[in-house]
Amino acid sequence: MPRALLDEARGFYFGAEIQAVKDTSLLKRITIVLTFMADQAKLIQAENVSRQYVLGETAIRAVNDVSLAVQAGEFLALLGSSGSGKSTLLSMLAGLDRPTSGAIHVSGQNLAELDSVELARYRRETVGMVFQSFNLLPRMTLEENVELPLRLAEVERDERNGRVTDALERVGLGARRRHRPSELSGGEQQRGALARALVNRPTILFADEPTGNLDSVNGEHILKLLKEIQGSMGMTIVMVTHERPLAERFANRMVVLSDGRVVSDGVLA
Amino acid sequence: MKLRDLSDLAVRNLREAILRNSLTTVGVAVGVASLVAMVSLGVGLQLLASQRLTKSGLFDAVFVTSRRDFRGPGGAAPRRNAGQQSGQAAQSENAKPLDEDARAALAKLPDVNEVYPQVRFLTEVHFGGNTYTTNVLGLPQSSRGSGAFDGMTGAYFSSPMVNEAILQVEFAKDLSPNPKELVGKDMVLRYGERKAASAEEIANEKDIDKQMDEMLTGGVTIVPREKKLRIAGIIESDPSAGVGGFGGGRVFLPLGTAEQLHPAQPSDVQELVRGSGKQSYTALTVKVKSPKDVLKVEAAIKKMGFTAFSLLDAAQGLRLVFRVFDIFLALFGSLALAVASLGIINTLVMAILERRREIGVFKALGATDSDVKRLFFAEAGAMGLFGGVLGVALGWFIGQALNWGTTIYLRRQELPGVNISSVPWWLALLAILFSVLVSLAAGLYPAARAAQLNPVEALRYE
Repeated sequence: MPRALLDEARGFYFGAEIQAVKDTSLLKRITIVLTFMADQAKLIQAENVSRQYVLGETAIRAVNDVSLAVQAGEFLALLGSSGSGKSTLLSMLAGLDRPTSGAIHVSGQNLAELDSVELARYRRETVGMVFQSFNLLPRMTLEENVELPLRLAEVERDERNGRVTDALERVGLGARRRHRPSELSGGEQQRGALARALVNRPTILFADEPTGNLDSVNGEHILKLLKEIQGSMGMTIVMVTHERPLAERFANRMVVLSDGRVVSDGVLA
Repeated sequence: MKLRDLSDLAVRNLREAILRNSLTTVGVAVGVASLVAMVSLGVGLQLLASQRLTKSGLFDAVFVTSRRDFRGPGGAAPRRNAGQQSGQAAQSENAKPLDEDARAALAKLPDVNEVYPQVRFLTEVHFGGNTYTTNVLGLPQSSRGSGAFDGMTGAYFSSPMVNEAILQVEFAKDLSPNPKELVGKDMVLRYGERKAASAEEIANEKDIDKQMDEMLTGGVTIVPREKKLRIAGIIESDPSAGVGGFGGGRVFLPLGTAEQLHPAQPSDVQELVRGSGKQSYTALTVKVKSPKDVLKVEAAIKKMGFTAFSLLDAAQGLRLVFRVFDIFLALFGSLALAVASLGIINTLVMAILERRREIGVFKALGATDSDVKRLFFAEAGAMGLFGGVLGVALGWFIGQALNWGTTIYLRRQELPGVNISSVPWWLALLAILFSVLVSLAAGLYPAARAAQLNPVEALRYE
């Protein structure tokens, strides 16, 4: 969509005094509004995003001029071989890393323009993250791990317990709340990590190889949970995986990367 | 992150690496203890010196002399030749005498507690059939708090006008090989009473020889007298030593009792030569309520036409010496704390390496750089706080051990025990505060390093 038309539409939608919009016909006005609404449905929009690393004298483009839009409520699987740039792209979408060039718009705000405090707030309030290696803090019990994002978001203590309980029960770990991560199985740890990602009620869930450290049964169980959460909470999920069969079974859309570029983008049935 | 959550997390993190963090905290504690012990020694010694000096009565006293008698340091002796007509000599002649009227006027000055003269006279003591020649000194009631009577044998005078005497131990040894047995026994004092006859009394004197004598001496005569006194106690030290020539007494009487005896003193000879026939004092001591009032009272006395001086200036100089001493001790004590702060830096830098992944998780979950920095700061501060509290306790124990050891040593030397170390509340508070500040400063670098970690790299770290 042309940028000028989109800006025009934004001005119209929010009632801005834009002469060009006022002068247009009713049909064109309707077209502009519908265009804008369709654009609003694109929760994440990456435009010509690149990420370059310099190793000695060599510059490596991990992500190379990627443009990608993710609709609200979508379950997107990012696939690719090792070193294809999928995890780097996910890190940038999640606000953990910044693109070398290009823009990432999430809910209308350009992540590349946010300062470190605003980016931290974005990670705290908009995003939930699940990692391949679970990343539960070993010195804390499961409930303390799940409570951590609430502490960072300065949620009142009285409210925290209820939200931790809800999140743990949603992933079926209500009875294991006092256990330390070392006392849980891999599947349980990943479900615990999922509860931690959900406790702040994020808009988008980013999962980086969530099944990578799990056996097939537990991997499938986690993806079922993700699918269920997508359905029940209307959450947008972006998942990096190298397991195509699982992606095909659970995701709505599959984007394949190779050498930092998108090589295929298809909606799944 | 809220402060309470931050503190919870910091304490939890410290507990997890309990051995290493405890050792670092002990290092801080040892540093603080060394600082506290050093400064407490300075404070204790200053306190001891200050107490001793205050008890000596030198710093809350103004010494007053008449301008015609005073020969100050470097001052010329008053010249009394008839031919001398200089202004200075005239002033000296016209200067106010230090007599009863002057004493009453001085006592009425504001902030004055007590005005007393120096009553010292030569005497013969009769005891056990023997006669001993010695000096007697009258002691004001305020001398009781001078510390000279601490640990005395027997007791202080039962009242200001009682017929009791306290003996200096060396003199008591002359009287008896076992001085302690003297307490409660009686002794007889032989002295010369100064008797001044009025002009009318001289005129009415029937004995022509006596009348002639009285006329020649200006009415002043010295009559031998005897006084029976009970020995109330024996002291080791001399409560009268100090400025104004108060030293040298070996038998002490209450000042009231001594004054009632009207003993002939050296100043009487002076008055006899002058022919005034009126009793005056060589010097008077004015005790003020507090050392801070000394300068004010001193100025008022000078205004009255007397010469006055105090030792406050010397005390201020002494205070400066102690301040410098304290600073030196504090610097020396701080060295250990500086070494301990390196331990904190080392511990926290190690913690960053170990907790790199954890920092990454924190950031991924939405922690700001500031949250991470504050967490490391809180850990450094907590180590400083615990180390500070422990160090103050340890420093206090070291101080007590010093006091204990010193007291044992002094007791063996048959001297009263003293406290050479003192930990006032402000020292404890400052030491804890200093410990926290030094720890926070030590945490600056590790905290900044932790905050700057890239979350992606930190999460990748194994």
